[in-house]
Order: sequence, then structure tokens, then C-alpha cells
Amino acid sequence: MESENAAGVVIEGLSLAYDATDVLKGVDLRIEAGELFTFLGPSGSGKSTLLRCVAGFGPTPRGRILIGDHDVTRLPPWRRNVGMVFQSYALWPHMTVYRNVAFGLEERRTPSAEIPKRVKAALDMVGLWELAERRPSQLSGGQQQRVAVARTIVVEPRVLLLDEPLSNLDANLRVQMRREILDLQRKLKLTTIFVTHDQEEANTISDRIAVLDQGILQQVGSPMDLYDTPVNRFVADFLGSANLLDGRVEAAGEGARFVAAGGIVLPLPGERHTPGDGRTAMFRPQDASIAAAGDAGGATAFAGRVSHREFLGNLIRYTVAVDDKVSLLVDDTHQSGRRAFSVGDSVTVNVDTERVRVLTG
Amino acid sequence: MRGQWGPAAVVAVVGLFLLVFLVLPVVNVIYVAFQDPNTGALTLINFVDFFRTSLFQESSINSLYVAAMAVVVSSCFALPLAYFTSRFNFKGAVLIQTLGIIPLIMPPFVGAVAMLLLLGENGSVNLLLDEWFGFTIPFMEGLNGVILVESIHYFPFILINLSAALNNIDRSMEESAQNLGASGLRLFRRIVFPLAMPGYVAGASLVFLKVFDDIGTPLLLNVNNMLAPQAYLRISSIGIADPMGYVISVILVIFSLLALWTSFLALRNKDYAMLQKGGGGLMKRDLRPWEKAACYGVVVFILLLVLSPHFGLMLLSFGTVWSFSVLPDGYTTAHYVQVVSSSFQFISNTLLYAGLAAAIDVCFGTAIAYVVWRTRLIGRQWLDYIAMGAVAIPGVVLGIGYLRTFYEFNVPLIDKPLASWWVIIVVALAIRRMPYALRACTAALQQISVMLEEAAENLGATKGRTVRRIVVPLMAGGIVAGFVTSFATAAVELSTTIMLVSQESDAPLAFGIYEFMQSAAGRGPGAALGIVAVVIVGITTYVSHRFIQRKETQRTPDVTVVAGA
Repeated sequence: MESENAAGVVIEGLSLAYDATDVLKGVDLRIEAGELFTFLGPSGSGKSTLLRCVAGFGPTPRGRILIGDHDVTRLPPWRRNVGMVFQSYALWPHMTVYRNVAFGLEERRTPSAEIPKRVKAALDMVGLWELAERRPSQLSGGQQQRVAVARTIVVEPRVLLLDEPLSNLDANLRVQMRREILDLQRKLKLTTIFVTHDQEEANTISDRIAVLDQGILQQVGSPMDLYDTPVNRFVADFLGSANLLDGRVEAAGEGARFVAAGGIVLPLPGERHTPGDGRTAMFRPQDASIAAAGDAGGATAFAGRVSHREFLGNLIRYTVAVDDKVSLLVDDTHQSGRRAFSVGDSVTVNVDTERVRVLTG
Repeated sequence: MRGQWGPAAVVAVVGLFLLVFLVLPVVNVIYVAFQDPNTGALTLINFVDFFRTSLFQESSINSLYVAAMAVVVSSCFALPLAYFTSRFNFKGAVLIQTLGIIPLIMPPFVGAVAMLLLLGENGSVNLLLDEWFGFTIPFMEGLNGVILVESIHYFPFILINLSAALNNIDRSMEESAQNLGASGLRLFRRIVFPLAMPGYVAGASLVFLKVFDDIGTPLLLNVNNMLAPQAYLRISSIGIADPMGYVISVILVIFSLLALWTSFLALRNKDYAMLQKGGGGLMKRDLRPWEKAACYGVVVFILLLVLSPHFGLMLLSFGTVWSFSVLPDGYTTAHYVQVVSSSFQFISNTLLYAGLAAAIDVCFGTAIAYVVWRTRLIGRQWLDYIAMGAVAIPGVVLGIGYLRTFYEFNVPLIDKPLASWWVIIVVALAIRRMPYALRACTAALQQISVMLEEAAENLGATKGRTVRRIVVPLMAGGIVAGFVTSFATAAVELSTTIMLVSQESDAPLAFGIYEFMQSAAGRGPGAALGIVAVVIVGITTYVSHRFIQRKETQRTPDVTVVAGA
């Protein structure tokens, strides 16, 4: 069942408005054949709408969508040959598992001798052939999910679309299904678009991620790229925790530094910064360290008071109030026996200036 | 828009049907009411004449009085029943629920004659009262009879709506009121009563509407000085040109609209009762033994009253002579033999007419529901409004409209006016029952998640194939429910058919019963026909109920949740 017909997807200047609200504003994307690509964003970001545009649901958008070399923008859903797995699986309750999976083949006028073989192959692939005669209502959530996947891949779509497929599963099952989907995708070499609002989910399975907010494409890149070098506050904040400081760049070249509120001044090493570069400095909580007040600190040590403490297992995340308005997040690794600070303690925060990034947005 | 040609064609066909057979006749009736019968000019003179005629003044007052009193009497039956079932742990609940289908199974006029024999001046009860206590009660005297018969048949409308409203009140609403210090009467007055009120008003306005429009019951009880019977009598005795029939029609429509508007206003914000899901219904408490006895007493009394028309009808159908006696003199099956041998066409006509009408209704109902909820065609809402608007048109009015509009129109090939061809009866029934089927189909469609359809399209099924393989099979339960409701109520419909039957061989059951019941000798066979009608309707309802239940078990709760997500 390995798919030779996996195709890339090109989205050009895609815009869509419902009534008066713009849901998508000029999205440009290129998804490579065989890639596992994720649309990531909060609810209302337009990520599901974008996926539905690829599938052909909803009003016709402006712009173009190409699958392979075909412009499908104006094709109805049933002529696109993209397979979609719905958030709630959308299994037909009046048909057995077998009939659900056979449906797409029947609609494609697949020779009837071939249908049973292909249905069995698809159900075997998700390990559910024994349940072929059950009705969807007799299956657990995870099994329904697998049937939904089998029903979609059996028709050998050129692109596989997954619309928040894990959101209806409980936490453990979610991790398991995530791996199964990834294995399946690798095995079939299917071009896959995955929609989620969960950055952990996106990070763990994606080749590349497109971050969307308010209908605008924010950044495209590998999970690590996005985490390490976000282009703006939104991406920085949406992919993991970040310290985001308002301020400005002063001086240029070797002496460049970022001056933020609360008396925070961060030297900017390297020669890449000039005044007016950006208004936000970003660093991750693990790019700073915490020490008792008065311990030796360099130019980037700031005194503050612990205002919150969150125990996360392998590490402790402190919120340190530097002054009334500015707080910093600092991670400290946790090992049993190691000293932890308490809320109210006076501490010193050291920032690793090599890791500070200045963002424009 | 892609894939809109099919739906557009459907809209055209259904829209044309509604326009010709619903809008046109009704507009025609209204137009004629405002037309000078001699000159044809628009005028209010007909209405002036109407309000100057003492018979019509009296009829108007009688109709309003009867409809209002029927609401009061129905409330007396319905309130205790609804209250008992929602507040107490009480086995009678199931019994009370089954009362809900009674008005479906038999129209009031069928039982009217039987009621006369049981409760009339010389009926069983009064004969016994006179013998034992030396007095009688005029249950069935004049307007009293109409009020009693209608109340007995229509009180379930209040019962059903009120019970639904009470059961929709979330327990947490009552609990939070108690938590904040309200209890007893204050709790009832401030929380329970306001939440249940919309259901009551909706039910009560339906009863008002039904009673106000009914013509069979008053005619059979020989109470002619009411509005709806007058409309029929004017047209059937004086003729189709008499403007009074049209004036009365306009007044009937106005009151129907008022009653529906009231119900709409009452239910408009009813969503608040359903905001919370979860432990539905108020807290129920166990009854002490004497309380239980009292409850059962009330329930049994009401049940006896409600079943008395059926009981009386049964006696009448098997009785030889029943006059001035508590029970019939003897028993026989002769009436049934007579009905089946000589009047079988009534039964076959009914099955044909009601079957065709119900088939039209579910086809159009499904089509309208789909167009309204699944396409973006312009004007689709109007299709829904117009089809639902049939609720507001009393049967007599539609009948008069058809006579007026289609008498001039000769059907090609059979060379007969459309108004006296049997097909027009089917059309009238289809129009009258369309709202029931439409509501059932709409409800069924709304339960199907759009995603189930999108999944099919995604796998290569076109819109048409998706409708055939996914939508219609999933709607099957609702479609059958719509078919049965339409069929069952069309099978016993009288107020339109009474105007449109042009020859006895075309007549359906209800008309046959009405004809038989006119003469004392025909009462036995008439009652036998009535029982046949009850059996037909009862069987279809039961069979479909089983069918729908089987459909439902295919989708156990967790999929219903998924489908609704």
C-alpha cells in the first residue's frame, strides 16, 4: 500500500473571509511530498480552516492550492483525492467497520474483487481486522480513531489530512496514537498535514511546522528552529515558555545592549545589532540560572525576589520579581537533596547573554 | 456555488407545490373576504355584515368561550398529572405518558357520539345518577358537550409540553435555590413556576388553536352556532359565492396566528431551561401511603374520563340497540360485517390517501430540511416558513380555498374540476400534515453531524451520493416518525376532506364515520369504522415505534455524542 503518488502541496496567497471577518489572510506555504507538516496555532488562528480549504470544504478561498501539479482550488471535495481524518472521526454509525472502510473504494469504482483485499490490508495495518463486523458504537475511542485512519488511507490519497485527531483521546492513548500515526506515515511515505493546538504534539511528530495566528502565517520551520529562533513574540511564546522583555537596542556593534524596564540591561555579544533592531528581548527560562542573593554575579545578574515556584519534576521553574512590573522565569534542574528556593527568598538571576535574541514583533 | 443545481431544482418543485396549493388558495380566501360580492371591488362591507349579524356575533362568542373553557378544563386534567410525575416517585408515570398519544389515535368527533351515550342527558351516567340520587348533570348540554369532548382529547398537548418543561429543569437549579435559602412555596413561585410556564403556555395555545378550528365535534353534537361549523355550513348550504364563509375563514386564520404567536413568544427563550445538561428533572420524593392512594385516585379518575370515548365507541360498535339504557341491550358483530362488506372503500381510500400524503410529506420534508440546513441557497428559509405556515391554516379555510381556487380548473384527460378529483384530497392532506413531517425530518437531520457528510465527500462521494448513502439512511428513524405522524393524523382528518369529498366512492374513513353518525341507525357501523380507524392508526404507530427503537440501538450513547460533537 506504499504510496508512490504522494504529492507536495503548494498554497499561494490563500485568503478567506466569513461574512466580514477575515479567517485567512494571504497564506503562502510549500509542503514537500512525503513530509509530515503541522499547522499549529491557538483556536481561531485559521489552522483548521486552512486544512478544510485543502480538503475542499467551505467557501472557495481566494488564491491557489496546488496538489502535485494540479490546481485544485475550484475542485469539489470528492474530486481532490486528499484523505481527511476528522477530529471526531466521523465514522458512519449505520455501517459496520468493514463498510466504513470500503466506502471510499466503492465510491471510486474500484473493481469489486479488489475491495475486500484492500479493506483487509488497511484494517490489518491498524490492527483491527478482527473487529471488521462491529459497528462504530461498539469500539473504544482509540479503535474508532484507527478505523478513521484506515478508512482514509485505504483509498491511497495523495495527501493525508489530520484535523486534531488526538484531541478526543485521553493523555496516555494520545501519546501512543501519536507514535502510531508517525510510524504509519513513515511507512507509507504519505504527505501528511496535521492540525493541532498542542505544541508538544507538534514538536514530537512534525518534520516542519507552520505557526498560524489570526489567519496569518507567522513562521515555518523545523520544531527546533522555531523553538530556538522564533521570529516574533507570538511564536516564542506559543512554542514553550519564554522571557519576553520590552525595551530597545542601544549602541551598535561590540557595545550593543538591550535596555529593558526594571533596570535590566542585557549586553548583546556579536556585531549583529544596531539601535532600532527590535523592541523585544527573548530568552528561555533554561537560559538563566538562579542563585542565592549576594552570590557572585556578572554584568547580567539581577537581584529579585521569588514570587512563584512550580515544581515540574525534572526541574523547578521560578518566577522572580525584579521590580513591580518585571518578572523573569528561571529554570533550575531538580535533584533530590539539592537546595530549592522558597517564595519570598531574595535571589540573583544570571542571564546567559549568548542566548538572548532580539525580536522585531 | 458548486453542487447547487440539484437543490435548486428541488426548491423549485417544492416551492411551486407550496405556492399553488397553500399560498394561492389562502390568499384567494382572504382576497374574496375583502371583495364586494356584486361588484368585485375591495371593501370591508362583508366584515361589517358579519359583525351585524346576531348569529355570527353569537358564534364568535361561543367559539371563544368554548376554546377558552377547553383550555381551563384541559388544564384541570393536565396540571395534576404533570405535577405528580415530575415531583414524586410514582409508578403511574408510565401510564400517564401513554395518555400522550391519545389525541393522535382518535380525533374528537369520533368519540363525540359515544360520549353522548355515556354522559348525555339520557346517557349511562345520568341514568344511574337519576336512579340513585335523583338528579342529573348536564355534561353534554350544548356547549358543555363540545368543551368536555375537546378537553378530553386535547389535554395531552398541555400534559406533554408541561411535563417536558418540568423535566428540563435541571436539578441544580432547584438545589442552588435551596442552597441560597429558598424552599417550599417560595422555591416553587420563584424557580419552578417561571421555568415551567413556557411549556404550559405553548401547550395551552395549541389546545386553544385546535378547539377553535375544530368542526367535526360541534357538528356531530349538533352545535352549529360556532365559527368553524358556520364557515362549513355557509359554503355547503348557501354556496361557494357566499362571502360569509370567507370572512369567517379570515377570522379563524387570525386567531390561529394569535395562538401560534403566543406559543412562539412563550417558547422563544425556553433554551434557558436546557442550558445545563446533566441530572435532568426536579428532585422527586417518595409518597406516603395515603398520598399515594390519593394520587392514584386522581390518575384513575382522569384516565377513566379520557378513555370513556374509546370505551363508549367500543360498546357502540358491538351493541345492538343502545338508547335510554346504561348499557346496550345486546351485542353483535354485525356492524363490523356491514362496514367491511359494504363500506370497505372508506378504509382503502384512507390507506391510499393518508399513505400518499405522508409519502409526499416526508419526501418534501427531507428535501426542505436538507436545503435549509445544508445549502446556502437564497430564499431557502422561506420554504421552511411557508411549509410550517400550514399549521396556522385551519382545515376549513384550506378546504374553502381549494373549492374557490380549483373549481374552475379542469384536469386534462379526466375532464373534471380539480376541486372534485380525489387527488385534491391527497394534496390537502399533504399540505395540512407537512409541518409534522418537516419538523421530524429537520430534527433528524440536525442530529447528523456535518462531518459525517464531509467524510463521505472526502472519500469521493458526490453530494447526491452522500445524501443517498449517508444522510437518508441516518435520517431513517426521523423520516419514519414523520411519515407515521403525517399518516396517522391524515387518516382521521375531517375538516378539509369534509369540503372536498364530491362523491361517496372517493370518501375516506373520517368522512364515512361522520356520515354514518348523522343518523341513529348509522351509529353502530359508524362506531365500528371508528374502531377500525383507531386500530389502523394504533398499529402503524406501534410498528414505527419499534422500527425507530431498533434504529436507535444501532447508535449507542458514545457515538451519538461523537456525532453531535
